[in-house]
This record gives sequence, C-alpha cells and structure tokens, in this order.
Amino acid sequence: MNAKTILVGVWLGLALAGAAVAQGFADLGATVEGFALPDRDRVLEFPEDHAAHPDFRIEWWYLTANLTGDDGAEYGVQWTLFRSATAPGETEGWQSPQAWMGHAAVTTADAHHVAERLARGGVGQAGVTLNSGAAFRAWIDDWEMLSDTAPGEDALDRLALTARGDDFGYALDLTAEGPLVLQGDGGYSVKSADGQASHYYSQPFYAVSGTLDLPGGPVAVTGHAWLDREWSSQPLAEDQTGWDWFSLSFEGGEKLMGFDLRDGGEGFTSGTWIAADGTPSRLVPGALQADPLEYATVAGREVPVVWRLRLDDRAFDVTLRAVNPGAWMATLVPYWEGPVRVTGSHTGRGYLEMTGY
Amino acid sequence: MIRASLAALLSHWWRHPLQLAMLLAGLALATGLWSGVQAINAEARAAYTRAETVLGQDQLDRIVATDGRLTVARFAELRQAGWPVSPLLEGRRAGLRILGVEPLTLPRAAAVPGMPMLGSDDLGEFLAGRLVLVAPETLDRPGVAEALAGLKPQAAPDLPPMTVLADIAAAETLLGARGEVTALLIDPGRPLPGPLPSGLERRVAVADQGLARLTDSFHLNLTAFGFLAFAVGIFIVHAAIGLAFEQRRPMFRTLRALGVPARTLGGLVLAELLGFALIAGLFGVGLGYGVAAALLPDVAATLGGLYGAAVPGVLELRAGWIVAGLGMAVAGTLAAAGQGLWQVWRLPPLASATPRAWAVAAGATRRLQALCGLGLLTLAGGALGFGSGLWAGFAVLAGLLLGAALVLPGLMALVLAAAGARARARGVLSQWFWADARQQLPGLSLALMALLLALAANVGVGTMVGSFRATFTGWLDQRLASELYLTAETPAEAARLREWLEPRVLAVLPIVSTETNLLGQPGDIYGIADHATYRDHWPLLSALPEVWEAVARGEAALINEQLSRRAGLGLGAVLDLPGGALPVAGVYSDYGNPSPQAIIGLEAFGTRFPEVQVLRFALRLPATEVEALATILRAEFGLRETAIVDQAGIKAFSLRVFERTFAVTGALNTLTLAVAALAMLASLVTLSASRLPQLAPVWAMGLTQAGLAGLDLARTVMLALLTAVAALPLGLALAWVLLAVVNVEAFGWRLPMQAFPGDWLWLFAAAGLAGGLAALWPAVTLMRRRPADLLRVFANER
Repeated sequence: MNAKTILVGVWLGLALAGAAVAQGFADLGATVEGFALPDRDRVLEFPEDHAAHPDFRIEWWYLTANLTGDDGAEYGVQWTLFRSATAPGETEGWQSPQAWMGHAAVTTADAHHVAERLARGGVGQAGVTLNSGAAFRAWIDDWEMLSDTAPGEDALDRLALTARGDDFGYALDLTAEGPLVLQGDGGYSVKSADGQASHYYSQPFYAVSGTLDLPGGPVAVTGHAWLDREWSSQPLAEDQTGWDWFSLSFEGGEKLMGFDLRDGGEGFTSGTWIAADGTPSRLVPGALQADPLEYATVAGREVPVVWRLRLDDRAFDVTLRAVNPGAWMATLVPYWEGPVRVTGSHTGRGYLEMTGY
Repeated sequence: MIRASLAALLSHWWRHPLQLAMLLAGLALATGLWSGVQAINAEARAAYTRAETVLGQDQLDRIVATDGRLTVARFAELRQAGWPVSPLLEGRRAGLRILGVEPLTLPRAAAVPGMPMLGSDDLGEFLAGRLVLVAPETLDRPGVAEALAGLKPQAAPDLPPMTVLADIAAAETLLGARGEVTALLIDPGRPLPGPLPSGLERRVAVADQGLARLTDSFHLNLTAFGFLAFAVGIFIVHAAIGLAFEQRRPMFRTLRALGVPARTLGGLVLAELLGFALIAGLFGVGLGYGVAAALLPDVAATLGGLYGAAVPGVLELRAGWIVAGLGMAVAGTLAAAGQGLWQVWRLPPLASATPRAWAVAAGATRRLQALCGLGLLTLAGGALGFGSGLWAGFAVLAGLLLGAALVLPGLMALVLAAAGARARARGVLSQWFWADARQQLPGLSLALMALLLALAANVGVGTMVGSFRATFTGWLDQRLASELYLTAETPAEAARLREWLEPRVLAVLPIVSTETNLLGQPGDIYGIADHATYRDHWPLLSALPEVWEAVARGEAALINEQLSRRAGLGLGAVLDLPGGALPVAGVYSDYGNPSPQAIIGLEAFGTRFPEVQVLRFALRLPATEVEALATILRAEFGLRETAIVDQAGIKAFSLRVFERTFAVTGALNTLTLAVAALAMLASLVTLSASRLPQLAPVWAMGLTQAGLAGLDLARTVMLALLTAVAALPLGLALAWVLLAVVNVEAFGWRLPMQAFPGDWLWLFAAAGLAGGLAALWPAVTLMRRRPADLLRVFANER
C-alpha cells in the first residue's frame, strides 16, 4: 500500500512523540518498545480487523477515487484517516496515547483542494468503531466513513463518505462490487529486504456516485474507488528514505498495487496483481520496474509526474501520467498524491502517491 | 557672534555652579520621580496585557455553556458537527492560574510564543503532560515548585506571572477536573457550520479589562504622586531659572547693546535651556529607573495583595516611559522658563533692569489665583455631591489639592497682615519681621504651595493607612479567634488527628474551601462548622436575625463585603452557587482579600462539594496550652513545621503583608516631602541674593548680621509651620475622600476613618524641619557675608 502513507503516519507519530522530525526518514526504521509487531501467521478476521488496532504504532483507512463528473471532467478524491500512537493501548480521556490525522483532497486537471484535521484519541473527536451490528464508522470531526451495510454483507461493502475543507467538500456513496483483497502473503506485506512488514488488505472494487462541492458549484460524479487498510509498528528499514506507490485499475477489470521503497541503492519494489475476480497474485520483490520519465517542479521540489511501469513476465508496460502534476498535499507532513491516467499495454486510471521528495 | 554670545551666556553658570546644580538637580528629581512612577505603571500594565491577551483571549471568540458546565463529550459533539473549536480548561490551584490547552486543535492565533507546536521536538513531552510552561520568575515564587512537583516547568517569557500553561490532560490532573472544559475557543480561520446548539452561548472576544479597571485607582494614585513630585520639582527649576534670568539681565542688555538681535539671544537662551533639559532629563530617567526598580517589588506585592494581580518584580527598560520622561523634562523646563524667555524676547535693548520683576509679578496675580482656587474647591465639592465612580473621586482629590494650593498665598497674606497689625504694639523690629515676611511671600509662595501639597498628602495618606491598619488589626483579632490552625496531608491523617484532638481541646472546627467562580469572578467558597467561635467573633457588617442558625441548616450563605458591593447583593438577595442558589443572610468584612468569597454551612458544603477533603482544622483551647499542644502534635504525628500555625503567626504574617502593601505609598510620600524641602531651599537661595537691598538698611540701623540671619531662619520656619496648619485640614479632607470615596470604588470595602493626633505633631516637626533646613544655608551665607557687600548696596547703581 502507500509507502508514503506509512511515512506520513509514522511522521505524525514522531512529531507527537517528540522525536526530531529533522532527522528525517531514518527514524521510521526505529523500533519503539512495547508495540505489537506484524505476524506472518496471523489470519486476518473481518469485520474485527476493519476496526483500530491500538497496540500497533500506526494504522490507516486510506481511500482514493477516480471519478468523472457530469461535466465530463476527470476528478480525483482522497479520504484518509491516520492513527498514530505514542504508546500501545487506548485509555479514556485526554491521557490517551492515540492521535488521529485526517487528510481530504479533491483533484481536478487544474486545481488541487486539500484539508487536514488533527485530533487526540480518547475523547470522541476521532476514531474508528465497529459495533455489534457490524456497523462501521471512521471519523474525525465532521468527516465520516460510515457503513450502510445489509445483514450478511461485509461491514465495508457499502459506505457513505463525507469530508469538507474551507473551499471544497464531498459526499459519496460507495458500493463494493468485489471481495476484500489480502495484500502480500495473506495480508502480511513485507516492506524491506530486512523483513519490515505490515498487515495490509484492500477493497479495490468500489463503485462510486455522489457529489463534489467545488468553488464553481456542485458536480455530480461517478467512478471507482480503492480502500487500503494497513497497520504496523516498524514499517521501514533504517536506510529507506521514501517511496512511490501505485494503485491502478485497468479496463479489463484487473488491478495492480505496486510500491517502490527508495533507499541509497537498488530500492525495494513489490506489489500485488489482482485479477478481475479479486484473486491476488503476489509480485516477487524486484519484479516491478518503476522508472520516472518526466519531472515537474511542485512546491519547490522536483517530483516525477510521468512514470513507466513494467512487469516483464506479464507483458505489462504502461506509462502513468498525472492528471494534475500539482497535486501536492501541503499538510503537516507534505507529500504528492493524485490521480493518474494509464496508457500502454494496459489502459485505465489510478492513483499515485510519492513521499520523500 | 553666536559663539561669543553663547560663551557669555554660559559663563554665568561657570560662575554660579551651585545654581546650575540646583537647576539640574530639580529637573532630574522631577523627571526621575515622574518617570519612575511611569515605569512602574508601564510594567504593571504590560503584565495585565499579557494576562489579558494570553491564548488570544482578546481576539478569539469562545463558546461557553449557559449553565456553566461544558464537558469533553460536548466538545467532541461540536467537533463532529463541524465546529472548529478547541477546548480550554482553566482553573486555579495553589495561587496559580492553570490554563490547559489542546495543541492539535488550538487555533494559531491562540498560540503562546514558546509553546511546543506541531512538529516541534517538545510537543511529545507537552502532550504527555510532563512539560508545562511558566513565566520565568514565577518559578522562583514560594510554593510554585511544590505545586508543580513531578513536572518539567519551562520558562516562557510571554506568559503572565503566576500562570501555568499545560496540555489539557496535565491541567485536568493539576486541577482535579477530569472531563471538564471551561470554554471552547473558536478558530477564526474556519467557517462555522450553523447556529449554536441550545445550552451554549458564544462570547465575543474582548480584552478582559477587569484587572486594568480594578487596578486603575492604584495606578492613578501613583500617577498623581508622580505628578505631584514633578510639579514640586518644577518649582525648583522655576526658582533656579528665575534667579539666572534675574542675574543675567545686565548681560542680556549688554549683548543686545552690542548688536545681538533679540531673536538670536532668545534662541540661544532657548537652546541653552533645552540642552540642560536633555542632560537633566537623561539623569532623571536614570534616577527614575532606580526609583522604579527599588519600588517595584513592593508595588508588585501591593497589587498582588490588593487585587490578586500578578506583576513581575523585575523592571524592563521600555522606550515609552524613557521618551515620556525626556519629554516631561523639556516641557517642564519650558513651562518653568516661559516667563523669562518671553522677557528676553521682548527686552528693549536699553531698558533698565527692574530687579525682582519676576517675583513681584507673581504677587500681582495672587488675587486671581485665590479666586481660581476657590473655584476649584467649589468644583471639588460639586464632584463630591453629584459625581460617582473612581474618576469623580479623583476629581474631588485634584480639585481639593490644587484649589487649596492656589488659595494658600492669599490666605497667608491675610494671616501675615493680621499678625503684622497686632505686632505694631510690640515694637518696630517685630513689625518689620511681619512686613518682611509678607514682602517675601510672592517669591516663596510657589515653594510653600509645594510644601502644602506634600504635607497634605502626608497627612491624608498617613491617616488612610493608619485607619486601615487599626481596622485591619481589630478585624484580624475577631476573625482569627481560634488559637491553633492545623493542616493534615491526607484525609486519613486528618481523621486520626481529629480523633486524637477531640478529647484534648475545647473544640475542633473543620475548615473546608474550594476555589470556584462566584458571579463570573474567581473566588472561594468556605464551609464552616456551627460553633460559638463564629457566632461570637465573626466580623459581620450586617446580618438578618438568626443568621448563624440559617447558615448551619444550609439555608443561607454569608458573603464578603467585596462580593456584596461589586454584585450589588444585599441581605436577602439570592446568590448563585454551584449546586443551587442560596439567600444572603449576612455580609462580613474581608479586608485584604481581592476576590469574592462566600460561606455556607459545613454540611451543605459537603453535599455540594463531596470531592473536597477536610484537611484543615481550627482548634479552640486555652492560650496557655497552645505551645505545649503544638509540640506534642509535631512529636506524635510528625507534622511539618508549616502544618501547625498559631494565631500569632498568622497575624504577624497578615500584618507583614499589610505593611508591604503600603510601603510604596510611604516611600513616595517621603520623597515628595524631600523634594518640597529642596524647592524651598531653591526659592530661598534665589531670594537671598536679591534681598540684600532690603536687609542692608536694617543692618545699617544696628541689627547684627547674626540677628538678621536668625530672624530669616525664624521667618522661614514660621511660614512652613503656617503652611502645616493649613495642610492639616486639607490632609484630613484628603483622607476622608480616599477612605469614603476612592477606596470603596477601588477595593470594594469602606473603612472607618480614625484620627492620629500623634502623627500631626510629627507633621509640624517635619514642616519646621523642612523650612529650617531650607533656610539654614541662606542664613549662614547671610551671616558670613562681608559687611562690604551690605555697604555696597548703598553705593551700587541698583
């Protein structure tokens, strides 16, 4: 999933824990005492694992959507809730070690609207709950991801999603048209050659309809969305400095999740090829080749906004092009996140996330 | 020509260094006292501003609950409804104002410089409740380290004194207020989702001027003193400059005759004066800094004691009062020299010098002055009758003082004339003595007015402080009726103590209290036992019948005079209290306490505040057993030294606080009197030089120089004593206005006025001494004057 997201989540944790952010990404590899660690043998259980795992250091509910408006224009939507803990476990009240961070964005070809929310755990300002009726709710302030699920369905099968910033807002209805997908080895996703890992699953099959509130007025939209769920305590190796993450949906119904964790040398790439019916195939580390083709200057940094992705054994060779190269998330921990168009051996749409630039 | 003229002008000072010293000293003193007072005021006001603007109080609207009870759950509800609010928990503990904030939602405008923000290294420590922010010097205050034990206090210079800024989690723990929220700060940068839910109300941001308003009277008092000192200092300057103009008349005439234009001469004199003003002004500002630095700790104690206002005891250099001080020096110099400058400007080149013209002119205006003075006195009476509020009080004071000062010369002239008429029978010398005194009056009247003001201020303030002290000690005797006061560390220890004590003493009276808001202001509620100690001794100003029974049954409350006056609550009025309102059954005096206070029955207190532990006890026992019992208690229970306090200890402490409170007033009083004496000296030195033509004939008729000098000395002392006679009623009037008008407005309590005739004797002594000291040096000079000087009067062209 989003390497960058990991960074963001950990970074917030570091900021809250008082570690020097200036020391950079190296700290993300540091072990923090007392937290639970991902376990390869653990079998994920639903709906329980949709809820928060406060014994792990970081966690997120990360949704991206590629949408088309009734005006024919292309839109990208992001809704993310990060959890970050300074100590394992949850307590009631302000003493809670948990902190929450929400990011919301709407990207058009020429604009990128961003909003951010922060909250302490323990007081009800933000959280993720799963009640006995399997009703799922993730929220921070008035942003919400709320399940509207019929009996027998997964808690995440139908979601109502809202968020708003100063100059934008959205309300979307999501319906899953495929199964949950376990990433990596049955939901255990390795992130480095040294074995750093996370628990990771996705729901990449959402059909979306709803409304975007933009400065120019409301826009009715339809399209597809992809939800990532991931939690860990020690997600990066010490020498990893950032990453590029891709979630792509192709016209044939197949999907690709891939990431490239950058370090001083070769880097570490991995991912999952998802068949149209949701069957995942784990990519061997190094099988995915990701090469930047063109850079754009965004927020004073050189960021690759055109990529070539290849999977030689699948005759897969595509070019990703950012819908809006200026999709910079000027948040507390800044990063690039935006919709892309895919052309080449496969065509489609997807999301690109880049950290550490 | 300019250079030569300037050299000629300045040569005068070279030949009269004492005059120059007097001029500079007067100006520096005037500027010094004035800017010292301004520096103190500036420091205090800066502290109030910090207190009022901390956390953007003056910029950020806030949401409060109409019933006063906000909770964390309510905060979460509002956030989920899209309200951009951040919780604030505020309370007091151990005399500290604790502010709890939530850094993740805190609006940027509320950030305190030095507070860890998102992304900073210290934020984790702050959120974990280990790191708290405190004003630098607050850390050194007694009790603060204990109150913050286990925390890491970090200095934040932008915080007001005695304020602790902490994460809301830490504040909850410090205040024992889990789940409570005082107010919600609204982020001004974000839109609001709609109308407020019911039960909440929005308070628009206003700088809370409460402290500034409360302390206004005190600062006005200081300013008035500063101005008085300045005015008195300017008398000195006026005398010195007058003398210099007088003595340089021939030189001006010569320079004009040599062709120096009037405009050039006037400009040069002006430049010379401005130069002096700046030099003396700089000295004065330095002096002011010294005065302020010396007085500030006492002022801080006063403000803390009277109003609960936290002011740092350390002075900061501020451009504001430095510039203001220099400006006052220049303005004062120009005012004092205006008359002389005008004459230089207008002086015809060949006019003959008219000796003492400047002094005689003052005499001509005496009648007008007296009329103005009577007008001012009438106005003061009017303000007393029809005005209201603090400003009216000060208008009365100003009218009274200025009016009396203006009337003084006319009054003195009448008295001297009457005395002269009666002296006619006693011989020619006596007659000359009085006539000469009248003749001197115009030249001395300014200095005598200064003396009058200084003396009256002394009597007034002395009477006020004395009345206050007498009432205060009497009140302490009443209020501290119990012989011994105990504080236990834990409820268990308290229970053991009580059990052990009950058979051994006459009574064990539990004392419980909690800090809370009383009608919007931080105050205290006490619970007291139903016991004769209170019935017999508690200083009730007014009460309904059966008051103690009603309080004991939990059906009524007592309130202090401050709360009664500020909120306009009389007997029978209903007082809002946590846990339900109660009627007011009595009002008691509570001197020296800045905050509102209420007393309810012990049982009612326990019901309303079940979380408050009974840890303090007052013990009644025969006075002779106090020491023995204290010794046993310390030995048996291992109580700390501070856990047992006897009545005498508390009284001594209270009186010490009281004395510190009025130390500043005393210091300024003495300084003003000293300046007044210096003004007399300056005036007399000026006069003595020009009085030779009057003295020489008397000397020629056979009176010795020593006799003349003695008469001069006696005359000055006599004038000073006459001034003291006039100052006495003026001072008593001043005291009455201070006690009955200003104090009630300023402090919220009224004190009965008491007279201290013993102090009046001291007043006469001080006046005589001031006059005598001022006259001594001119008298000695006269005595030592060579006879040739006196003879020359007859030969001189003048």
